[in-house]
Amino acid sequence: MSDSAHREMWEKLDMDLEAHDALLAVLGTFYGDIYLSQENRLKGAEYLDFVLSEVHGLRIKELEQAKAEGRKVIGSFCVFVPEEIALAADAVHVGLCAGAEAGTELAEQLVPRNTCALIKSFIGFKMAKICPFTESSDMIVGETTCDGKKKAYEAFNEIAPTYVMEVPQTKTAAAKALWKTEVLRYLAEVEQLTGVTITPERLKRGIQVANDKRRALQRLTALRAANPAPISGRDALLVNQISFYDEPIRFTTKINELCDELESRIQAKEGVTPGTTPRLLLSGCPMAVPNWKLPYIVEGSGAVIVGEESCIGTRNSRDLVDESGDTLDAMIDALVDRYMKIDCACFTPNTERLDNVTSLAKELNADGVIHYSLLFCQPYAHETLKVDKALQSEGIPMLSIETDYSMEDVEQLKTRVEAFVETLA
Amino acid sequence: MIIGLDIGSRSIELVGIVDREVVHTKQVPTTFDPLFQCSELLDGLRPASLVGTGYGRNLIQQLDLGCPCSTITEIKAHAFGAAHLFPEARTVLDIGGQDTKAIALAKGKVMKFEMNDRCAAGTGKFLEYTASVFQIPIEEFGHYALKGENPPEISSICTVFAETEATSLMARGERPENIALGLHKTIIKRTVSMLNRVGLTFPLVFTGGVANNPCVRELLASALKITKPTDLLIPATPDMAGALGAALIGCGQQ
Repeated sequence: MSDSAHREMWEKLDMDLEAHDALLAVLGTFYGDIYLSQENRLKGAEYLDFVLSEVHGLRIKELEQAKAEGRKVIGSFCVFVPEEIALAADAVHVGLCAGAEAGTELAEQLVPRNTCALIKSFIGFKMAKICPFTESSDMIVGETTCDGKKKAYEAFNEIAPTYVMEVPQTKTAAAKALWKTEVLRYLAEVEQLTGVTITPERLKRGIQVANDKRRALQRLTALRAANPAPISGRDALLVNQISFYDEPIRFTTKINELCDELESRIQAKEGVTPGTTPRLLLSGCPMAVPNWKLPYIVEGSGAVIVGEESCIGTRNSRDLVDESGDTLDAMIDALVDRYMKIDCACFTPNTERLDNVTSLAKELNADGVIHYSLLFCQPYAHETLKVDKALQSEGIPMLSIETDYSMEDVEQLKTRVEAFVETLA
Repeated sequence: MIIGLDIGSRSIELVGIVDREVVHTKQVPTTFDPLFQCSELLDGLRPASLVGTGYGRNLIQQLDLGCPCSTITEIKAHAFGAAHLFPEARTVLDIGGQDTKAIALAKGKVMKFEMNDRCAAGTGKFLEYTASVFQIPIEEFGHYALKGENPPEISSICTVFAETEATSLMARGERPENIALGLHKTIIKRTVSMLNRVGLTFPLVFTGGVANNPCVRELLASALKITKPTDLLIPATPDMAGALGAALIGCGQQ
């Protein structure tokens, strides 16, 4: 997937070159089968293909260049870690690797076997030394969004020093106050790491850049309401995945270009599939690169995915930070407000998610919803039942899928997804 | 003739239909060469169209039949087959070799379904495996279990763990017929919970190979407190329901 010229860089990062080669080979085959085989693909997808082919190459080189210029790299695992603060301190904010069954056996030395695939994967990537993002990070930020994660960071901290933000579990005023202190504590930590004092001007700029990125993603989401679907769910998921890795200003420009292309397609009534294709919304757990198993199965079963209600999806882009504040305190409050709107299943109660899922399904003209939860992910597994009930009362059919990153259940998943699509046709 | 071919994990069934009347049925074991078995089944037959279903449904693309071929899932196929045989059916239970499915029907169409995850717990495979532990042919295992009286509680639905439990019960001197009955009961427990999850409404049609097992039939009827025989409907050849459904869908596509 990537040029051998990067080998020296990977070696310097103390990565396991042999294991990394094997990972890239699998990823390359996977990408070819799942992405490059698609028909009626957009011109703008060339950008996606290029970014993904260089995700461990040129992008890491950019991170190394940034570091040579004295900038810091902050790696995180969750949409709760405010990117605006990193941007304000002129740091690079990136998502870290998870999404593949890599180093799982190694990870089981640090966390129990019955831990969700995402946690095992991020620990596995680090232990197997195959994630250049982790290795390039000057700071790794965890968060307490579930018991599995909060305990995993204790273990992870032993192999990669991890700063943890405490995410509250309710949306009361007290919880909001707690989150504000956490945001301020993080801001001070970032200032210390980068040596940059975050001024109102700097934070305003950070908010602007992050909001622009979200606005581009919102534009993409809205365009997918069109029938026939102008973009495949796989490509749209890739856009959402890349939003965690690529340089934000470049990403925003490229995605807006992609949206221009989508608009002309919609005007010409062109789609990736015929207008009669059943339209599905994916909802639930995040799908990190290269977790494309379910979207591939769904779109191979004669349906098209028109939205992702997940952290690598609308949960990351739905809400903007209010840009009207001019003082640091007003901007911090705006940040806190925005982040407290995230309807992560870690919150109790979390009724707003039920409203958000149903309204998103309607906005996108979805015929049904596939609820995806990772095996051993308790919060989303619990909400599966609630989401099903909420959708049922609106007459929207839902299929619940619980799986992990392995391929052993592909055939059974195909049967279930195909049968669900048959009921919609 | 329009053919429905149900390529299951344990057996392959063929149903041929002319003018919506069944004119030909045949069943063979799947073996490790299902493609060869399919060719044998189809030998001498010249279908106008063929609909494949079951876990091996995509194999029909390799058959080179020279007629229109399509696939549907076994969920739709069993629903169609069951609704054709019993138009009043509201729920379908299909226990096959590898999967159990509970399907809620409305006007003969699938409204909702539940299916086991990757593990074949509580399916035909479970019975086949435990029967082999008793060294009893699978066809006779149900009759054997019906001789049991006081079934001990077997808590595990996992095939391997259930065997461990059965072995330790044998070591304690429990009558083997009772253990066999206990093993059948574990299947029922799991099946009933799956049926409840799709919102069980009667009449219930029971299809798939396991519906041939008299002990499973009896235990299911008693677990569901069925008093009217019209609430639990079992086709004369329950394992053919999927192939029948597929053939009927083939007629609709004509």
